Amino acid sequence: MKNLLKLLILLTAVFSSLVQAKLNVFACEPEWAALAEVIGGDLVKTTSATNALQDPHYIQARPSLIAKIRKADLLVCSGSELEIGWLPLLLRKGNNPKIQTGKPGNLMASQFVRRLDIPTVLDRAQGDMHSQGNPHIQTNPHNIAIVASVVAERLQQIDPGNADSYQQNLAEFLQQWNQAITGWEQRAANLRGQEIVVHHKSWVYLEDWLGLVEVATLESKPGIPPSGAHLSQLLAQMKTKPAKLIIRSPYQDAKASAWLSEKTGIPATLLPFTVGGSDNANDLFKLFDETIHLLVIHLDTAE
Amino acid sequence: MKHYTLQNFDLLKLIAFSLCLMAFTHPVIAEESLADIRAELDTIRSQYEQRIQALEQRLETAEQQLAEQSVSKAPAPAPPPVPEPTTRESTAGSYTSANNQYNPAIGIIIDGEIWSYGNDPAGRSIPGFAFGGESGLADEGLSIGESEFVFSGNVDNWFYGQITAAIEQEDGEFGIGLEEAFIETLSLPASITLRLGRFFSGVGYLNDKHKHTWDFADQALPYRAFMGSQYGDDGVQLRWLAPTDFFLEFGAEIFRGGSYPAGGNANSGFGSTSLFAHTGGDVGFSHSWTAGLSWLGADAAERESGDEDDPLLFTGSSDIYIADFVWKWAPNGNSRQQNFIFQAEYLWRNEDGKVLLPGAAISTPLDQDASGWYVQGTYQWMPRWRAGLRIDGLSADNPGMIYTGSILDPQGHDPRRYSLMLDYSNSEFSRLRIQYNRDETGLESDDQIGLQYIMSIGAHGSHAF
Repeated sequence: MKNLLKLLILLTAVFSSLVQAKLNVFACEPEWAALAEVIGGDLVKTTSATNALQDPHYIQARPSLIAKIRKADLLVCSGSELEIGWLPLLLRKGNNPKIQTGKPGNLMASQFVRRLDIPTVLDRAQGDMHSQGNPHIQTNPHNIAIVASVVAERLQQIDPGNADSYQQNLAEFLQQWNQAITGWEQRAANLRGQEIVVHHKSWVYLEDWLGLVEVATLESKPGIPPSGAHLSQLLAQMKTKPAKLIIRSPYQDAKASAWLSEKTGIPATLLPFTVGGSDNANDLFKLFDETIHLLVIHLDTAE
Repeated sequence: MKHYTLQNFDLLKLIAFSLCLMAFTHPVIAEESLADIRAELDTIRSQYEQRIQALEQRLETAEQQLAEQSVSKAPAPAPPPVPEPTTRESTAGSYTSANNQYNPAIGIIIDGEIWSYGNDPAGRSIPGFAFGGESGLADEGLSIGESEFVFSGNVDNWFYGQITAAIEQEDGEFGIGLEEAFIETLSLPASITLRLGRFFSGVGYLNDKHKHTWDFADQALPYRAFMGSQYGDDGVQLRWLAPTDFFLEFGAEIFRGGSYPAGGNANSGFGSTSLFAHTGGDVGFSHSWTAGLSWLGADAAERESGDEDDPLLFTGSSDIYIADFVWKWAPNGNSRQQNFIFQAEYLWRNEDGKVLLPGAAISTPLDQDASGWYVQGTYQWMPRWRAGLRIDGLSADNPGMIYTGSILDPQGHDPRRYSLMLDYSNSEFSRLRIQYNRDETGLESDDQIGLQYIMSIGAHGSHAF
C-alpha cells in the first residue's frame, strides 16, 4: 500500500512537471522569437531557425531544425514565401500536427498586416517575386504591434490555462511599444522624403513608415546578386542625382555598397534589420532605437 | 424583410379568416366584442407598420452610406502621373495561404546536356560489373537529359501527395516515365509518417535526391553499379522521428521489387525490404552534418543487367549496406555568400544466387561481394560560383573460375574516376555547369567533358539538406 502511494506521488510529480512544461515556440526569424519571448515570458521556450547573419530565404532544411520543429507548439514565421525554400519541407519532415497550415499553432505574421509590393504580374524575369507581397514586414514597428496581438491570441488558444498571463504581457508590451513608437516617429520626423539606395528590397515597410524614398537597389532584380554592369549604371545615376544613404542588412555582402559609397561619397551603413543584427540591437526596442539613430545621424541634416 | 412582410400579411389574413369563421359560426356576436377585435386588429396593424417603416429607414441610410463610400473610393481627381505600377498593397486579412489556389504546385525542371567522350560510350563496360537500371552514360553529343514535371500539394489535413513525371528519350524514342507518385501522411501521432506509392527509397544519402539537385552532372559510381543509379519502386515506407534534441530518424520500407537491384517482382510482389537510420545536427552556427546507415535487401527473379540486347539474368538476393556522411559549412550559416559541402558514401553489396550469362545455356551459381565509394567536395567561394571535386571507385571480388572472361570477371582491375565540376547559378532557379571526368573505370581510360544546364520553372521547390 505504501509503495502504491509512493508510486502515485511519483506519477503526480511526473504529470505535474509535464503540465508545467513550457510551450515550445519555433520562430523562423529572430524578431518573432524576441516577440514570442516578450508575450510568452517564462511560459515559453523559444528557438529561432535563423540568426541575424543568415538570409532567411536561403537557409537549408537542416536536420537540427527538423528535430526542433517536431516539438513545436507554435510556429511564428513571416510567411509570404520568405521561408518557401525550407519551411514546407520542415513541416513535412517534422511531422507535427500542431503546427500544420490552418492550425492555431501555425502563425504566418505577414498574413495579418497590410502588405506592400504585391506583384500585379508574376514573372521570374523580374527576379524572385513573392506573390503575397514583400515579406520583410518587421521593419515597421506598427506591424510588430499587430503581430504581438496575434501571438498573444494564439498562445491563449494553445494554452488557455495561462491566458491571463499572456493578456497581461501583451498589454504591458503594447503600452511600452506604442510609447516607443511615438518617440521614434518624433525623432524621425525630418527623414520624410529623404532618398536612399538599398541592397535588396528589404526595407519597403520602413520606407513606408518613415516616408523614406527608395531610388535604387544594388541588386538588379530581387534575389540576383549585384553585378558590375548594374553597379556602374547606378554609379552614373548617383553622379547625376545622388541619394543620401546606402543601406543593407547584416547578411548582405558589404562589397557592393562599399564600392558605390567609395565611388560616390554617399555614406553606406548597415541597419540591424532584426534582433541581433548589431551589437546594440539585442531586443525589439533597441532594434528600432538603433535603426532610427543610424538613419538620423546620416540623413537628418538638422542634427 | 420580404419574408417579414409576408408573415405579417399571413397573420392578418389568418385573423381576418378566423373572424369571418367566428362570424359565421356565431351569428350572434355582441357589437362590443366586435369593436374590441377591430381595435386589437388596428393595434397589430399599426405596430407592424411601424416596424416596416423602421426597417425601410435603415435600408435607406445603408444605401446612402454605401453611395458615400463608393464616392470616396473613386479615383482621386487628376491622379499624379506615376509609372505603371508593378506592385500593389494588400489589406490586412486578404491573404491566401499558398502559391497555388487549390491547384497543385507545379514545378518544371528542364535539364539539357552535351557530352563528349574519348571512346565510344556504347562499347564501354566496367570489368566485374553488369550495370542495370538507368545507370548508363548520358548520350554523346547534344541531348536533353531528363525533363521533369513535379506536381504536389496537400490532399487534405491528413495527406500530402506528389507526382514526378520525367520525359525521357531512349533509343530515339520519347516516353513519359513515372518517377514518383506517392502520398504521405501529415498528422499521424507519435511522429510517425507513412508513405505509399512509388518513390525513391530513403536508403543512403544520394538515393532519393532528384537529378537536378546533384552537385555533379552524373551519378556517383557506386549508385550506378549497385542501385541502378537510384532505386525507386512501388512500395510502402514507414518513418519515425525520435523525440530527441538532435535529429534521429528510423525508417523501414517494403517494395514490389520491379526495378534494379530487385527485379521480376519476386516473392509475389514483395520483392525488397529496407531499413535505415539517419541522424544529424549542428556544430555552432557555421557547421551542420548528417550521417546514416542503411540496408536494402532486394530479391531478383531473372533480373536483366549488362548489355541491353543480350543481358545477363540474375536470380537470387542482392544485399546492399550503405554508410553515408555529409558535412556542410557556411560562415554563420549564411550559405548564400560562401559554403563548402563534404559528402561521402560507402556501399557494400553481396549478390547470392544464380546467373544465366549472355549466350549460356544453363545458369551458374554466384556468390559475389563488391563495394563502391565516392568522396566529393563542393565549394562556393563567392555568390553564384561553385567548384567541385569528386573521386569515386568500385571493387569486386573474383566470383570464381566459371566466370573467367565474362562480364563479372573483374580482371584484377579497380575502377576509378576523377571528376572536376564548375557551375554558375544566375538565380536559385538556373544553373550552368561544366564537368570533366577522367574515367578509369574501364580497361581503357577515357576523358569526358560535359556541359549541363538545369532550369526550374514554376513552383518554388524546397530541397532537402
